[in-house]
Amino acid sequence: MKQSRAVNILFVAPCVFAFFMIIVIPFFFGLYYSVTDWNGVSNNVNFVGLRNFSNLANSPDFVYSFLITIAYTLINIVLINIVSFVLSLVVTSKIKRRNFYRAGFFVPYLIGGIVLGYIWQFILNNILVSLGTTYSIKFLETSFLSLPHTVIWTMAVVNTWQYAGYIMLIFVASIQSIPSSLMEAASVDGAPFISRVLHILLPMMANAFTISLFLTLTTSFKQFDMNLTLTNGGPATRFMDTPVKASQLLAMNIFNTATANRMAEAQAKAVVLFVALLVVSLIQVSVNKKKEVEM
Amino acid sequence: MSDTIKLNKKNRILKPEMLVLEILTILLFILFMFPFFMVVLNSAKTSREIIFNAIALPESWKQLGTNVSLIFNNPTVDYLGAFVDSILITVFSLLVIAVCSAMAAWVMVRNKTWWSTLLFMAFVSAMVIPFQVLMYPLVRWMRISGNFINIRLLGTIPGIVFAYLGFGSPLSIFIFHGFIKSIPLEIEESATIDGCPRSKIFFKIVFPLLQPIIVTVLILNGIWIWNDYLLPLLVLGSNGKVQTIPIAVTAFAGAYLKQWDLILTSTLIAMLPIIVLYIFAQRYIIKGMVEGSIK
Repeated sequence: MKQSRAVNILFVAPCVFAFFMIIVIPFFFGLYYSVTDWNGVSNNVNFVGLRNFSNLANSPDFVYSFLITIAYTLINIVLINIVSFVLSLVVTSKIKRRNFYRAGFFVPYLIGGIVLGYIWQFILNNILVSLGTTYSIKFLETSFLSLPHTVIWTMAVVNTWQYAGYIMLIFVASIQSIPSSLMEAASVDGAPFISRVLHILLPMMANAFTISLFLTLTTSFKQFDMNLTLTNGGPATRFMDTPVKASQLLAMNIFNTATANRMAEAQAKAVVLFVALLVVSLIQVSVNKKKEVEM
Repeated sequence: MSDTIKLNKKNRILKPEMLVLEILTILLFILFMFPFFMVVLNSAKTSREIIFNAIALPESWKQLGTNVSLIFNNPTVDYLGAFVDSILITVFSLLVIAVCSAMAAWVMVRNKTWWSTLLFMAFVSAMVIPFQVLMYPLVRWMRISGNFINIRLLGTIPGIVFAYLGFGSPLSIFIFHGFIKSIPLEIEESATIDGCPRSKIFFKIVFPLLQPIIVTVLILNGIWIWNDYLLPLLVLGSNGKVQTIPIAVTAFAGAYLKQWDLILTSTLIAMLPIIVLYIFAQRYIIKGMVEGSIK
């Protein structure tokens, strides 16, 4: 008995130690720094109350990032779910080489945000623009990344390109778990394809849509890598009479604030991001609980 | 296309809508793969060729070899070194995460005490915390605690592997936990009766049974660690001795502004290992991704 207790402690020790050192302790420091004047240079850290948070509400730069992140997230949720759903229908149809397509659509997910940001920057700033000028296609002549009102949509398209294959896999798994007799029976009864999708497939896939909703929501909200290398926040625009970066999402705003040595302010912004994600997760948990009851 | 029609004729069912679907899918697939074609095409061009015509085929594919050797022999960015470091960091982190998380999860499932339940809850709830809250306090904490124990944690491979254990263990423990619950206890009980020590039960009996779920854990963490940017940037620094591929790619893009021949070749080299791995282990990767998301 004594020996098994020693083994228990020994077995959990590496993970628990790393967990405390890497997550728990920095987390509480992080919460604490958000109510201080920490600047990352001086060792002198003073408590300042909620000043950092009240400053955020009056900072156009932060409010803009917050709003644009919400907009970006909403666009992503719609685009990714539609594209992934179409892809999942295609690769579960009787089409030839469907497994090949399924494997291919997933490839962009394997590429990191940093690398694909550069690739798309090249596609958008060079390939499309040179197509536009060569064939004088007016709307392609200026890069979509250089206009404040198109840049967020462009980022959402790139993000959809990356994530759609992944969400497609989740949808495919869900479609394959639906008994094929259901669809066949409806097909024999003469139900057209569209109504089979609307009345059988979509309701049966509700669970997969919940998973995908929260996955796209949380990843879009934390988006950083692709944002950095695709736009680096640009172009410039104005918000509440102040110049702001048109595509600076929340995570990049935090990063840039900290790079400017305004560490406590960055930490307060990060806490706001945390609270937003916490609310989303709590909603997810309660939705899942409700579903379990229904079942 | 032509043999689709032939086949359908043979079966005496001509389905024009299938043909339309096939053509649309091929077009969609080409659209999805277009960025990759452009990377390969332009990695085989000189900078002048790209400016002159980014869409055309390269004048000579030999230029690809020239560009690759330019990257690997570059004086400002040690790309080869970053490549080796990336592999070392990924492999060591995966090993540590898989073994330690499996051990911890096993104890948390089998040892039914209040503290193991509490630990499990702590790990699971930590998954909500975004990296942005932790990153700056973490760097400071790693410097302080590293000085204290007189081991350099910042800028070293052991330091970042330890950080990955901290960040990777919550999800990995969660996945292992679900799987271990489904292993019948009888197997372990009979070994206990035979006098097998507890630690041996885990390594000789339980661990081999975990093999399918270990693959899932390795894939989920592997894709993340290989492509990760912010954690290595903060822990290793942008011009430290130890580098990773994403950091080297950004260093390249920063040093050779708009020299797309070099930037694109560096992204091509960054993508290659993971795509080659995907071609060989496609079945496992797809299965692992689906399992990881649904749990």
